Amino acid sequence: MRQLTVVIAEDSVLLREGLVGLLERFGHTVPAAVGDGPSLVGAVVEHGPDVVIADVRMPPGFTDEGLRAVRELQRLRPTPAVVVLSQYIEQTFAEELLAGRSGAGTGYLLKDRVGDVAEFMASVGRVADGGTVVDPEVVRQLLTRRRDPLNRLTPRERQVLALMAEGRSNAAVARALVVSEAAVAKHIASILQKLDLPPAPDDHRRVRAVLAYLGA
Amino acid sequence: MVPRTLPDALVRRPLRFWCSRWPWRAAASLLLGALPGVAAGLAAAGLVASWRRTGLVATMVSGLLLFASVVLAAGAVERRRLRLTHPDAVPARAGLRDAGGWRAAGYGALSACALGWVDLAVVLVCAGVPGVLMSAPWQPEAGPWAVACGPVAGLLLLPVAAYPVAAWAAARSAVALAVLAPGERELREVRQSRARLVDAFDAERRRIERDLHDGAQACLVALTMKLGLARLDLPAGSRAAREVAEAHRMAKEALAGLREVIHGIHPQVLTERGLAAAVRDAAGRTAVPVEPDVVLPHRLPGPVEVAAYFAVCEALTNMARHSGATAGRVTGRLRGGVLVVEVSDDGRGGADPAAGSGLTGLADRVAAVNGRMLLSSPAGGPTLVRVEIPCGN
Repeated sequence: MRQLTVVIAEDSVLLREGLVGLLERFGHTVPAAVGDGPSLVGAVVEHGPDVVIADVRMPPGFTDEGLRAVRELQRLRPTPAVVVLSQYIEQTFAEELLAGRSGAGTGYLLKDRVGDVAEFMASVGRVADGGTVVDPEVVRQLLTRRRDPLNRLTPRERQVLALMAEGRSNAAVARALVVSEAAVAKHIASILQKLDLPPAPDDHRRVRAVLAYLGA
Repeated sequence: MVPRTLPDALVRRPLRFWCSRWPWRAAASLLLGALPGVAAGLAAAGLVASWRRTGLVATMVSGLLLFASVVLAAGAVERRRLRLTHPDAVPARAGLRDAGGWRAAGYGALSACALGWVDLAVVLVCAGVPGVLMSAPWQPEAGPWAVACGPVAGLLLLPVAAYPVAAWAAARSAVALAVLAPGERELREVRQSRARLVDAFDAERRRIERDLHDGAQACLVALTMKLGLARLDLPAGSRAAREVAEAHRMAKEALAGLREVIHGIHPQVLTERGLAAAVRDAAGRTAVPVEPDVVLPHRLPGPVEVAAYFAVCEALTNMARHSGATAGRVTGRLRGGVLVVEVSDDGRGGADPAAGSGLTGLADRVAAVNGRMLLSSPAGGPTLVRVEIPCGN
C-alpha cells in the first residue's frame, strides 16, 4: 500500500490518538488531527492530504458538523478522498454523502470498523485510490428490504453485491468467496443486467449498482 | 355526610333537604341571578322612554354602555351565585384576552337577557302559587272552600315548590360551572405538566445518548482498535493470539450492542433530518419490507417528531414480532395542522392493546403531546395503527 497523508477530525481524544497511532503504525503520515469541523477545513487547506478521516458528529453542535465540513471540502481542488465515520449507520446520511461527492474517493463507515484494523486500513487505501466504500451494514439494510430488483438476485449475487459495495476488486471478491475470478465477473455481469445497468464504456457501473439502491 | 353542593343536597331524603339551608340558597341564587336582567330591563325601558328627549346617538351610546356594564356585572353576579350553590367551586376570573373570558362574557349576556328572567319566573311561580293559596282568607272574592282549604294547600305546596326551585338553580349552576369554573383550566394544567415531563424525559434521553457516545462508545472503539493492533504483532497460532482474538471479538460484540442501545435511545438522524428521514431509516431496518411514505412541508416541533417517531418504531417492532406480515407501509402527512401517521401491514391482525404494554405505552406517549392513537386490527388482519398529533399553530 502506498504511503498516504491523512488528516483526522474526531472530537474524542482517545479515538483521535488511537487513529493517529493506527495510521502511523501502517506507515502513513498524519500532519494534523483536529477536533471539530472548521479546524478540519483549515487543516486540509494547509496540508492538502490524500485522505480525510472525519467523524460525523463533532463540536460545537454535536450534530452533523463532520458531514457539513466534508461538503465544504468538496469545493477544494484537488478534492481530498474522504472517509466519514459514523456512530450509527444512517442510510439518509450515506445517501447525502455519496450524492454530494464526485471525482474523489468516498467512504462511509461505522466507527466499529476501525477495530478490524487491517480491513479498515484496506478501506482507507481503496478510498485514497478513488474508490467508494459503503459500510456493509448499509448494504445489509438494503438487502433486507427485499426490493423488487433485489429479489431477482440469487443469494450468491447478493454476496457479491455486498462485497462490491465495500469497494473490493473482482480478485478480492473471488478470494473472499473462494471462487474463481471468472465466476465473479459472471456474477457481476448478471447483477448489472438484473439491475438494469446496461454495459457502458466507463467502469462506474459497479458503484452505480450500489448507489442505485441508496438513491432509490 | 354533609352535602357540599346543591345537587348533592337535592338527592337526599326530603326532610333533610327541607330542613337544610339549601332551598334558601337555591332561591337566593335564582333571585340574585335575576338582578342584572331586571336592572337592565328597567334601565332599557327608561332609555326607550326618554330617547325622544335625549336624541338617538346619546341613547345608543348609553345603551351600549349599559349593555357592556350589564354583561360585566352579570359575569360577576354569576360567580357570586355559583358560591351559593357550589361553595367549593373556584370560578376562573378570566380576562377578555383568553377564550374563557369571552365565554364568560357571553354567558353573562345570555344570563342577563334571558336566563335571569327564567330564574325570576321560576321563583315567582313556585313561591307565588302557594302564597296566593295561603292568602285566600284575606282575598275578598274567595269562596268559603278556598278560605278553608287554601292555606292548608299552600302550606303543603310550599315544601314541594322547593324542588323545582332547587332543581332549576342546580341546572343553572351546572351550566355556570361548565362555563366559568376552572375545570378546563385544571385539565390544561395537567396536560402541560405531562408535556413538560415528556420534554424532560426526552432531554434526559439525549443526554444519556450523548454521554454514552462520548464516553463508553469512544472507549470501546479505542479498545477494539488497540486489540486489533495487538493481534497484528502476535505470532499467529500462539496462545496469546487466540486470547487476544477472543477479547477482540468480545469487545466488538459489546460495541455492536452499545450501538443498538444508543440508537434506540435517540436516533441522530431524527434530530438532524427530521421525521421523514428518521422514519425511512427505521423502515429500512425493519425485517418486514416496509414502504416509507412520509411527506411533510416542514420540520415539526421537537416533541411531536419524537412522539411520532417512537410511535412508528413501536408499531414497526410489533409488526415484525407479531403480525406475520409480508409487507408494510408507513404514511405521514400534515393535515390541517395535525400530523397523521399511519402504519399498516398485511399481517394476521388481532393486535390487542390490553395484551401488551407496547400499544398502551405508545398511546400514552402520544397522549402526552395531546395526540391520540387509533387502532384497527381485526382477527385475520390487516392491522392499521393511526397516530394523530396536533402541531400547535
